[in-house]
Amino acid sequence: MRLLQEFDIAVFQIDTWFDMQVNVKKVRHAKHNPEAANLMDLKHGESGILDRLDLPEDDARRLMELGFLPGHAITPGHSAPGGDPRVFRVDGSEVALRRETARRLLLRREHIDTAKA
Amino acid sequence: MSDCHGCSLATLPPPPAIQTRRHIVAIVGPPNSGKSTLFNRLTGLRQKVANFPGVTVEHRMGKVKVESGRDVYAVDLPGVYSLEPRTEDERVTHDVLLGQMKDLAKPDAVLLILDSTNLARHLVLAAPVLSLGLPTLVILNMADDLARRGGGVDVVELSMQLGAPVALVSASRGEGFDKVFQFLAGTTQSAPKAVPLMQLPVIQDIPKCRAWAAKVGTNGKYQAPAPPHWTRRLDSIFLHPVVGPLVFVMVVVAVFQAMFSWATPLMDGVQALVDAAGSWTGSMIANATLRSLIVDGIFKGVGSVVVFLPQILFLFLFIGILEDSGYLARAALIADRTMSRFGLQGKSFIPLLSAYACAVPAIMATRTIENKRDRIATILIAPFMTCSARLPVYTLIIAAFIPNRALLGPFLGARAATMIGLYILGFLAAVFTARLLKSTVLKSNRSSFMLEMPPYRWPTLRSLALRLIDRSKVFLRRAGTVILAVAVVLWVLAHLPLTNGQPAQIEHSFAAWVGHAVEPAIKPLGFNWKIGIGLITSLAAREVIVGTLGTIYGIDGTSNDLGLQAALRSDLSIGGALALLVFFAFAMQCMSTLAVVRRETGGWRWPIIQFSYMTGMAYVCAFLVNKAVTLWF
Repeated sequence: MRLLQEFDIAVFQIDTWFDMQVNVKKVRHAKHNPEAANLMDLKHGESGILDRLDLPEDDARRLMELGFLPGHAITPGHSAPGGDPRVFRVDGSEVALRRETARRLLLRREHIDTAKA
Repeated sequence: MSDCHGCSLATLPPPPAIQTRRHIVAIVGPPNSGKSTLFNRLTGLRQKVANFPGVTVEHRMGKVKVESGRDVYAVDLPGVYSLEPRTEDERVTHDVLLGQMKDLAKPDAVLLILDSTNLARHLVLAAPVLSLGLPTLVILNMADDLARRGGGVDVVELSMQLGAPVALVSASRGEGFDKVFQFLAGTTQSAPKAVPLMQLPVIQDIPKCRAWAAKVGTNGKYQAPAPPHWTRRLDSIFLHPVVGPLVFVMVVVAVFQAMFSWATPLMDGVQALVDAAGSWTGSMIANATLRSLIVDGIFKGVGSVVVFLPQILFLFLFIGILEDSGYLARAALIADRTMSRFGLQGKSFIPLLSAYACAVPAIMATRTIENKRDRIATILIAPFMTCSARLPVYTLIIAAFIPNRALLGPFLGARAATMIGLYILGFLAAVFTARLLKSTVLKSNRSSFMLEMPPYRWPTLRSLALRLIDRSKVFLRRAGTVILAVAVVLWVLAHLPLTNGQPAQIEHSFAAWVGHAVEPAIKPLGFNWKIGIGLITSLAAREVIVGTLGTIYGIDGTSNDLGLQAALRSDLSIGGALALLVFFAFAMQCMSTLAVVRRETGGWRWPIIQFSYMTGMAYVCAFLVNKAVTLWF
């Protein structure tokens, strides 16, 4: 058990290190974004509440079936190398979405929560 | 409690048809709920795969042994999240459950299987299924996972809420199945019908059903389990920005290695077995003509395809382990960005990789792609990948026409470079075709890619074994029918007409006549009538051309490579030889692939398009190569 705990801690440290690298880049390249926040704006460890799905009806339905319903909390997880597609945790499952899909899932801005999920 | 149902049954006169009619139980559930594991548990080896008429969706049906005596047949339906008939999978499930599917009676009962570790979300499917009014058993799968991760549910309470019996099982371990068999035995008499405590939602849209499911879960004292720690741990390795791609490459190399190296001794073994069986059978037959038909026609023809069985089994063993363990979804995630450049998606990667061994299992492996357009695009480009049946042809022509000269010192010879060039050529043709298809007829929305990451699980030997048995049956059945027929026809063409009771020499056979007939068409490519016969016989399987050319030039192509090479060199120009290589890189010279494409796409439309496109492309490119080379030299 101790070994596992140490393993988890090590993994967490590596993750944080990578996040820092990525976030430093993000801050440098950050542009002013007047639109509502979307899933791509969520950083590692943050979570947000889904507001609406700005997608064609069919895709929106399929996403809702997978758990992306307005009002549900969404937490970003791992991603493929390069950050696209990214895994999102929602309603008990993990679903990978491409960047262009994630961008069109809009969040309730006031609800971005930095608590470690 | 069963009055209503019982009465209506009792008032009907018992027609004999009902007694002999099969009792059908449909298995319904969302993807990743363990539907197939449950189906395998219930039916074991008593199952077969079939396609519904007119659709590409395949279903499995199997007999369940139930003690009450009456035969119960389980139908495994495609995994769905709802019963709205939007995709083909959903339409099949919807039509079967409503009794609108041709060739299949309305099911007598339903097994609704849900993942108990994600019950609140999976219960959403219970609303439309229960409102069908069929006797339904709600099976909560992955009970062992639920308990281990500290979750729980009150089965009795949940059953009262839903108005349907509920069973908590672990399909992979076979625990909790008494209740399932009781239900199956019970439904064969009459079905109990209870009034649900929780009224089903009247308007069944997703948010309403989700709210209903949450309420049912709470009332049923559902305790959601802790997050899957092992899955998170493994994902931090497999989806690590640096380690993840390394693991991915290692897995890919292992699959390649298994198909090309580890399978080789087994393939040699199968070849030896087929040869031995052939010569033993031959020694039992006195009549020379009949012996030739059996040994040279059937055993050689069918044998040349059956050899690929070990390779196919290895491939499906690997795909089985990757899929059942949950890694395949991660591999698809990692490959997605690269594949999306060609207009495809992550899930196309493994099938296309498998196509380097053989397009037939690759096309069967495209079943993991849910998006129909992406799946058809993958099926259509898979045969461009350099399959192992092209290798004997490439080897023969390259050895005969390409000088053994060094290009880059000791590292790369002209022959190896040609071989690599042919691999790249096939790949480029695939990429070009993919872009062409995805920007025209098979255009699909880029945002429609969504991939659920299932928790990691140990694959079970049982489901791996059943999968391998299933795939071998499909493969061998084809070898025993289509390919057998082609082998016999080819032998007949090559040996008739009889002259003085003796089979014709190949130059005077019907095959030669056909060869001469096609010669005007292939002359611009630099091919003569002998190559023409080879092209026709290679429709059975590409490598057959080597044996055919051997027969035509009167030399055994396999045992006397040098002789055949010399004969080809004196009979074919360098332009014709290079054109032949290009022709084989592009042409759809494979009946088995066409047969499997027809099966998987549910009709002749796509195989005909594919055949015309590939052969047309092969013809044009071979023509250009022949003209260019002839001008140059």
